[in-house]
Amino acid sequence: MPDAPGLELIRGEIEQDHPGAVLDTSFDREQPALVVDPALVLSVLSWLRDAPGQGYGFLSSLHVADYLPSRPRFGVHYELLNRDRVERIRVKAMLEDPSAADRRLPEIDSCVGLFPTAEFQEREAYDFFGIVFRGHPDLTRILLPDDYVGWPLRRDFPVGGEPVTFTHNERRYG
Amino acid sequence: MAEGAVDTQTEVMTINIGPHHPATHGVLRLVVDLEGEVVRDLRPVIGYVHTGIEKSCEQHSYWKVIPFVERMDYVSYFFQMEAFCGAVERLVGLEIPPRARYLRTIFLELCRIHSHLVWLGTTALDLGAVSMLWYCFRDRDRVLDLFEMATGQRMHTRYFQVGGVIEDVPPGFEAKAREFVAEMPVRVKQYQALLDRNEVFLSRTKGTGIVPRERLLDLGVTGPLLRAAGEPWDLRKAFDYLAYPELDFKVPVGTVGDNYDRYRVRVAEMVESTRIVEQALDALPEGPHIADDRKYVLPPRSELSTSMESLIHHFKLVTEGYRVDPGELYYSIESPRGELGCFVLADGSSKPARVHFRDASFVNLQAFRAMSVGGYVADMIASLGMLDPILGGVDR
Amino acid sequence: MRERQLRAREMLRGDLEGEELERYVEQRVVMTNFEKMLGWARANSMFPLTFGLACCAIEAPIALVGSPRYDLARFGAEVLRASPRQADFIILSGRVSIKMAPIVRRLYDQMLEPKWAVSMGACSSSGGMFANYAVVQGADKFMPIDLHIPGCPPRPEAVMYGFNKLQRKITGNPDQGWRQRYSASGTEEWARGGVRSTPSPEAAQAYEKARGLIGA
Repeated sequence: MPDAPGLELIRGEIEQDHPGAVLDTSFDREQPALVVDPALVLSVLSWLRDAPGQGYGFLSSLHVADYLPSRPRFGVHYELLNRDRVERIRVKAMLEDPSAADRRLPEIDSCVGLFPTAEFQEREAYDFFGIVFRGHPDLTRILLPDDYVGWPLRRDFPVGGEPVTFTHNERRYG
Repeated sequence: MAEGAVDTQTEVMTINIGPHHPATHGVLRLVVDLEGEVVRDLRPVIGYVHTGIEKSCEQHSYWKVIPFVERMDYVSYFFQMEAFCGAVERLVGLEIPPRARYLRTIFLELCRIHSHLVWLGTTALDLGAVSMLWYCFRDRDRVLDLFEMATGQRMHTRYFQVGGVIEDVPPGFEAKAREFVAEMPVRVKQYQALLDRNEVFLSRTKGTGIVPRERLLDLGVTGPLLRAAGEPWDLRKAFDYLAYPELDFKVPVGTVGDNYDRYRVRVAEMVESTRIVEQALDALPEGPHIADDRKYVLPPRSELSTSMESLIHHFKLVTEGYRVDPGELYYSIESPRGELGCFVLADGSSKPARVHFRDASFVNLQAFRAMSVGGYVADMIASLGMLDPILGGVDR
Repeated sequence: MRERQLRAREMLRGDLEGEELERYVEQRVVMTNFEKMLGWARANSMFPLTFGLACCAIEAPIALVGSPRYDLARFGAEVLRASPRQADFIILSGRVSIKMAPIVRRLYDQMLEPKWAVSMGACSSSGGMFANYAVVQGADKFMPIDLHIPGCPPRPEAVMYGFNKLQRKITGNPDQGWRQRYSASGTEEWARGGVRSTPSPEAAQAYEKARGLIGA
């Protein structure tokens, strides 16, 4: 992993090419992470992939975490891997949830053009959280039935299932 | 009869294969556009065994999440346990004792052998070599005997805990395991004698399902599929975790990347895994099998009747569970299918706020289209077998 | 052995007489009624459907029906049929997700009477440990199940024991009376209309007639 000073160097270099892209860095438990502006995430990812000396060309994982109750709520994580130097770096893009105000879905650019492996993973993020990836070739539900309503892995979505009927509550369920 | 081309009309038919189908490994549905026997397009439809494990994990304490995540990829259950326990251990900064590291390595490699045996049996069955199923499952039962001896359960053993392993291996386990690893290479040779130069098997797998290495890397494919295409990328060698840095093993790499190479790579991996188990058994250090930190690890039951503090720790751990300071971590290991990554987001409470698994089969499935388009349907079935998807991991 | 052969030859030639013949016949003839014989025949020659959903599928049908150690074939369930039309019983091995449930129901409907359903494991019997939005809490919710086998996953011996119980149930209950009460009629999917369509009058008449024939 690039260590903490290495991470700051990366941030500095990205700032030169794409000012304002990196909002924050964090080096927690020996895992470097760059918090980027969602509008500029593609430029950061392509810089990390293509800039000489960087070479983070493998997207290990693209996943979303819901940080409710803190805002901004959704964090889109890109786990990048440099296979030559065997180094990982994480890029986080924090998205607000607009649906409270105007019932829209949070949007971010799709990185399928840069990393084709993201195709299924972005569909999964859409399926579970309702995040729209602009430019994705086929953004439909992948794991849940096509007509499912709701975004199950959001923290405010109920977990579902049925309560186990014990003697004290069985009359309520026939 | 006119000379020249016969006036035939071909049209592209869309055929649905699965989700209930003898050849799909699990409930995979394929919507295939066929022109005659040639596959023109392919769309996998998944989600038929989606269990909402990641959502359930958020409702349970860290200790209780372990049985949930085991059941994702249901033939390589030890790997999911290791990914999750490893992630939580790194989140809390807990170091596991050396004996636990070696025990975990032994069980991981035994599980890799188990997974490859299941793969070999079912894939050979798909390709018509029915007797392979019986042979492989005979050996699989021996692996499960070892698991049962150590943990009490054949599958889904809940053996790895945060801090080490839940119980030490019983006396006699080592002898039985050594017996197994002594016999396993002989058995693998028998399987190779059945299939390696079998003409039907060769004609079905040689030259089929080739995807160039760069395309595989773009698609995020890892594991034996990538290694068969010639890329020597193995997370056991790349990252140091558990006892792998201290053990000597080779990583089999293919050349062409067709189905035959994938078969050879996996069979060679089985042999390497037996070597790893043998070395780990030789080097198994004495000592505790789980870490000592009572904040995260249950105290031994013998102490509960004498020490009040142990009782309090036990009570707290079993009822509420331990709390993990806020933070997030991604930890990945080499499962039999590729890179299995676990992302844990902790928010300071006793339940994880998000557990996400980067499952190898889920990402590898994206390569299936590239493998099959342009080939015959029969080659598609061979590729599906060699892809080795486990739908529990794909769907989670 | 040689004596038996000689005896058989004598019997066929008509050489056995009187008491010897009586004893010979008594040793070889069983008196029963037709339903019992039918039940015995059905129970000992069941064709399972090759159907596996999740983890339990690795324990059975693969480790159970198709494995040398726990061999279900010795009870007659050797032939696995991939087509539901030719299968006798379905083992729901694994968690039934909400996406898969209509498909399982369709498979079950395609099977021909007499058919049985075995719910193997905790997940298909009751949702198992997965009390969440994605798993149907028990396959009972959408199809009649004859046998539940607990376990996660159940040991192959447990599935064998369950299978033996199913066999006893089949031998002892030839007309499967309980199924008339729970056969969930009215939930069928009519061809060319899909789910929730209504049958044409001819189809409805034929259906009623067929149900009358099996005594439903």
